Amino acid sequence: MIRRGAAKLTAGVLLVLLLWLVVYPLVLVLLDGVHGPSGWTLEHVREFLARPTEWRALWGSLWISLASVVLAAAVGIPLAVLFSRYDLPGARLLGGLVALPAVLPPLVGVIAFLFLYGETGFVSLLLMKLLRLRDPPWRLEGAGAILLVHAYSMYVYFYLFVRAGLAALDGAQLEAAASLGAGRWRTLWRVVVPQLRPALMGAALLTFMTSLASFSAPYIFGGGFRVMTTQIVSTRLNGENELAMVETVSLTILALLALLLLRETAPAAERGGGRKGAAPARIPIRRPAMRWAMTALAWLLVVILLLPHLTLLLVSFVPVGTWTTEPVPPAYTIHNYIALLRDPVRVRPLVNSLWLATAATVAAVAIGLAGALVAARRRGRLGRVIEGLLALPWAVPGTVFAIALATAFSVRAPWVGRIILVGTLWILPLAYLVRNLPITSRAILAGARALDPALDEAAGSLGAGRWRTLRQVTLPLLRPALLAGGSLAFVTAFGDFVTSILLYTYDTRPVSLEILSSLRSADVGVAAAYGVVLMIVSGSVFALGAERPDRGGPAG
Amino acid sequence: MSPFLQLDGLVKRFDGTLAVDRVSLALERGEMLALLGPSGSGKTTTLRLLAGFESPDAGRVLVDGEDVTGVEPVARRFGMVFQHYALFPHLDVGANVAFGLESLGVRGAELDRRVAEALALVDLTGFERRRIGQLSGGQQQRVALARALAPEPKVLLLDEPLSNLDPSLRERTRHELRELIRRLGITTVLVTHEQEEAFDLGDRVAVLRQGRLEQVGTPDELYAEPANLFVGGFVGRSSVVPAMVLGPADAGNEVRVAIEGVEWHLEGVGAAAAGPAELLLRPEALRFGPEGPGALPVTVLASRFVGPGALFATATETGVTIEVMAPVRSVEPGARAAIMPSRRAGGGIHLYPAGA
Repeated sequence: MIRRGAAKLTAGVLLVLLLWLVVYPLVLVLLDGVHGPSGWTLEHVREFLARPTEWRALWGSLWISLASVVLAAAVGIPLAVLFSRYDLPGARLLGGLVALPAVLPPLVGVIAFLFLYGETGFVSLLLMKLLRLRDPPWRLEGAGAILLVHAYSMYVYFYLFVRAGLAALDGAQLEAAASLGAGRWRTLWRVVVPQLRPALMGAALLTFMTSLASFSAPYIFGGGFRVMTTQIVSTRLNGENELAMVETVSLTILALLALLLLRETAPAAERGGGRKGAAPARIPIRRPAMRWAMTALAWLLVVILLLPHLTLLLVSFVPVGTWTTEPVPPAYTIHNYIALLRDPVRVRPLVNSLWLATAATVAAVAIGLAGALVAARRRGRLGRVIEGLLALPWAVPGTVFAIALATAFSVRAPWVGRIILVGTLWILPLAYLVRNLPITSRAILAGARALDPALDEAAGSLGAGRWRTLRQVTLPLLRPALLAGGSLAFVTAFGDFVTSILLYTYDTRPVSLEILSSLRSADVGVAAAYGVVLMIVSGSVFALGAERPDRGGPAG
Repeated sequence: MSPFLQLDGLVKRFDGTLAVDRVSLALERGEMLALLGPSGSGKTTTLRLLAGFESPDAGRVLVDGEDVTGVEPVARRFGMVFQHYALFPHLDVGANVAFGLESLGVRGAELDRRVAEALALVDLTGFERRRIGQLSGGQQQRVALARALAPEPKVLLLDEPLSNLDPSLRERTRHELRELIRRLGITTVLVTHEQEEAFDLGDRVAVLRQGRLEQVGTPDELYAEPANLFVGGFVGRSSVVPAMVLGPADAGNEVRVAIEGVEWHLEGVGAAAAGPAELLLRPEALRFGPEGPGALPVTVLASRFVGPGALFATATETGVTIEVMAPVRSVEPGARAAIMPSRRAGGGIHLYPAGA
């Protein structure tokens, strides 16, 4: 309510910007699907509805996503309980390691699986040798392969959400339940599970939406099995642009329907009345044999979950053309890494990805900050609309957004807000930016909501103007949120494959595309070396973003 | 002399409900006023209107004759201590206290000197480099006070300044706060829902209910002459009993009042039109006595020792509870007894028209 004019202006500019970048391209896609050279037409919609392949792809997307939720939950929930509830030696370290699949960008995870479980991967070759088989024991292809990769890369959502949910429980509640005569199972069902429901629903929603938008795994492992994201790309490569638009619309509708449905059933987190006590203590395991068995199991699980990382590291030292049928590569070299640093053709994608991701991150943080401040301080409709617009790209698969941006910014018509960006340096940072807005602004908004509004008023009553308050009070206090939002944005953009494959040019080719082309020219060592670089950069940036404020807690 | 701080007909609505309804108050320079009321009475909103965090729908705020209603909080130079202190957690104690001085352009050695002075006022000398998170609740409260006082504000605003302290700390801090503010002579408005706090800190107390000002006065005026049942009930202990005014008595200024058929002759109790009324009874204005004319029969429910005597909870035949202050063990719980105005009445009993 103070400084009304400036706040209104910021909100207005932000609204126009978001409508232009987020909503407008999607509307254009919708229009293109029902508009041909000779005016309005439903021809493409009819064509879409008549083709069984389209229905199969849509159905494939749906059931793969549902199955991914079930599998990710089946892996992630037990892991969360094991590592955060039981008192195992090294439980904290192991608990951290288990979250590491999060540092593998989707495409890198996929190629790691290829090296590990593919027909010429370590595990297959090892089995062939041991069992004296003449053919690989399996083919890493089709729905099964996609689900395997999804379960591996998405259990982390369930793992992290449930772990946070368990940590947020009040230990005294468990003691209260025990003192009221509730046994372990009754406590679990009546006290723990109901309070974990928001975490479980949140993880399920995130997994579903991520696998609906998943592109890398179906693209590499799909073979004849199509989901809608890969179907769109192949239709577009066939030159059937209008049909691709209709497919894009169908996938968007599926995503939005799922979001609405899950949102409706998701319970709001209930706030307890009193103060929250300490998190429940870990359950000690007293019998030595049991303790040994569980510790061994925990280590085994961690090793299995980290095999893809280790594989990638190992393969990155393999010289080109030396590893064919041996279970373990016969020769090693650091030449692959030297090539990444020396060979200008190999350096270029790294430089590209760095600046593309940096530009997108800076813009996403700036817009996210402005949006968060508007949404956190204005309870009115405008604040809610801006919050909704910032979150919208999250519900829309990356493939869809890439197509939408490619459609909107391939025409020169400045008077209707369309300029040519496709084929220029700017289309990729723009695409990364739009895709990153939801996660970045969500992190910053959470930080802004947690700030005591009285801090602003205190600064005002001490004579500090708007800029001084922003610079000296708001920004320093939002630092952890800004770092978290920025690191998420950077990691996503740095490893992006799904939007890049539709929008890159030779000059702006990012690392992920270079990995793909190295793989196609059978240069697995270089592909893996790129993967290791992506993994390490992502991991470091995540660590930076997770920096905890070591300063005194908030007053009062 | 015209008042230093003036609230003139302030009105504030939130979504159509009146939070502050035509509140007018005036403070002399150096006066300390307590805004007292239950939650939702509009006392905090009134304070926020004063600070400029809310703008009134009608009315004005004047400081030294100058209208500051449209002046932004940044320029108003009112110091404020927030209920949860709102200390900046990323800045140390010194930087918190320096914050307002820097707004005034104070720099260098002068800044350090004035920060040290402000911290000395609240007995925190040498605390400049401490982190906020390392301080106890009482120390945080004092830093908040030092921060508000350092820029030498024209008016000091305190929003429930003691509510976040342990009860054991509260009384001592209250005395220190009162002494400091008296010594500085700064015009102060304080919001509280605790009568004891308001009486101890306020030169005058303004009682608010549902956004309206019910009464303003010194603590003893409020206690001795409550303007209505609400003020009487909110300030000090009392019981309310339905009664019937029968008319003036033969002698002097006395009024004849009937309570459940028992007739009392009361003096100096206010409005005396014949008809239904309500009596506000302070426990010390009543005593137990022998049954007979003018004695109201009651049952003793319980007693509670309070130092100079005991407070007895009693119930009349129709179930109205009345508290009586009397020597310890005057009557036993469960016994039948009779109550009447004590001889030294003349205060402590007030008559209000029914339904007011």
